[in-house]
Amino acid sequence: MAFLIDPEVADRVDRLEIPFNSQGVDPYGISKTYIARSLTLLTFLYKRYFRVTAYGVENVPPRGRAMLVGNHSGGVAVDGAMVSASMFWEMSPPRLTQGMAEKFINRVPFMNLWASRTGNLTGLPEHAERLLHDDRLLMVFPEGARGTAKLYSERHTLVDFGTGFVRLAMKTKTPIVPFGFIGGGEAIPTIVNSYALGALFGAPYVPITPYIFAIPLPVSLEVRYGKPIVLEGTGAEDDEIVNGYVERVKGAIQGLMQEGIKHRSGSEVAR
Amino acid sequence: MRVLIPGIAGVLGHMVAHRLLAEGHEVIGIDKRAWPDAPPGVEMHQVDIRKRAAEEVFRKRRPHAVIHMATVTHLVARTEERYRINLGGTRAVFDHACNYGVEHAIFVGRHTYYGAGPEAPLYHHEDDPPMAVTTFPELADLVAADLYACTALWRFPNLVTSVLRFCYTLGPTGHGTLASFLRGPRVPTLLGFDPLYQFMHERDVASAIVTALKSRIRGVYNVAGPQPVPLGLLIRDAGRSQIPLPEFLFANLLGRFGLPRLPKGALQHIKYPVVIDDAAFRKATGFQHEVSEVQAIHEYAAAFPAHPASRHG
Repeated sequence: MAFLIDPEVADRVDRLEIPFNSQGVDPYGISKTYIARSLTLLTFLYKRYFRVTAYGVENVPPRGRAMLVGNHSGGVAVDGAMVSASMFWEMSPPRLTQGMAEKFINRVPFMNLWASRTGNLTGLPEHAERLLHDDRLLMVFPEGARGTAKLYSERHTLVDFGTGFVRLAMKTKTPIVPFGFIGGGEAIPTIVNSYALGALFGAPYVPITPYIFAIPLPVSLEVRYGKPIVLEGTGAEDDEIVNGYVERVKGAIQGLMQEGIKHRSGSEVAR
Repeated sequence: MRVLIPGIAGVLGHMVAHRLLAEGHEVIGIDKRAWPDAPPGVEMHQVDIRKRAAEEVFRKRRPHAVIHMATVTHLVARTEERYRINLGGTRAVFDHACNYGVEHAIFVGRHTYYGAGPEAPLYHHEDDPPMAVTTFPELADLVAADLYACTALWRFPNLVTSVLRFCYTLGPTGHGTLASFLRGPRVPTLLGFDPLYQFMHERDVASAIVTALKSRIRGVYNVAGPQPVPLGLLIRDAGRSQIPLPEFLFANLLGRFGLPRLPKGALQHIKYPVVIDDAAFRKATGFQHEVSEVQAIHEYAAAFPAHPASRHG
């Protein structure tokens, strides 16, 4: 196929159940060419550089709306990228994961294109709701930008969750598939976040590592998908009720992270 | 039905008039501009909608319905004149409609009402605010005319008012803002940005207006056709060359080297998309577009080749 596209990736892009028009673009502007290029790069990272292992993929519905909800791990969006690669390679037919991009991305030349053409629209509630109504697979990190700002020492913790995702899941009757992502903190061992540098680039912050730049190290990563959680309700419930559900999802994610950490330390001993 | 069309001498006015005649309606036109080869069935009044003579047409002819298409964009008229035409004209249409027993008034508006910006949602619903006022000040008079038309919904409860917000038009007549933007062989874009553009074939625009007339819908509706398309693809498929310019160069190069002249506010609309959700209109009227996005581009490109010589080649 075209420039910088792995033919095997291109074949799988053709199998995505997304309503592309004859130009290869869907109603959100998601482009087959962009997806194929981006996944060609992500596949290298997924299979060779990091060697990502995915567990529990059978918990993700093969089609229809669903929300992947997990922890942030690593100072840049390695976690999100590897989750989408796992949905692309481990699901049959492959599924396109659509994340919610930070607002600043839409203002940055080229970056806005890479985000939106691969399906990662700006993180607005309107976008999330619309995508779910269209039976897409949404990826949500309820920790938000505070989650990617976690330092190396905080890598196995969770910061506060927003509640919007639970209300939306209830309103749109969407199953939540929790996932735990492990290893991103080792891949990008942030020692400090520079908010001044961030302001300079129009980003919330720039992570600084012991070797200065936030270039991920080639460590092995793990993502574990848990059983879907279906929440009954309308999404207009009181905060107390919604907070209870948020805690339930958070607990599930924490459980998956613990499993992963245990598994990793076990395999490290075995090495 | 007796239908009065202010703004009938425009391309879309012609098309709607032909459609209504074919369906056996009586068509009366009001326009400052002449329509020399108007079909015999059209009763044409060459008069400014804001003048007394226009009111006479309402008084004497007592139309059942009015389709208000007499608004202009920055491409046609200067600021002050635009305010007079767009606001003064809209006011006259609705006042006369109320005073002379019109049953249904349709305001033909534009989707640029919603404005373009980095934090706007991709698909606008009818209740989204008119951000164009800040992002594109040259559109403020059209936004005002739209909002003014909306006031008829509560001011004149006996008049059924439909405010239709259409996406861009594209087709072989070359009518409309988008068609003008694409006219030259080289189309400037902003480096690193490629917004979605939503457009519908002019034939579908005329169908949608006629459909709205038949269904007598009350309220505000977005009207669109096929799915939106990235600007870069649109330019390529129309046989033009895309000239991506860094933002700081963009404003200085417009109007030179064969690039089109654009108002300052247009920048946001070349950087970010304005895309509308038309589900409510389709549900209320059963409207379905006929021409796909690709066919609309091809029909436009065939009528307006990037290099006119190639037309015969």
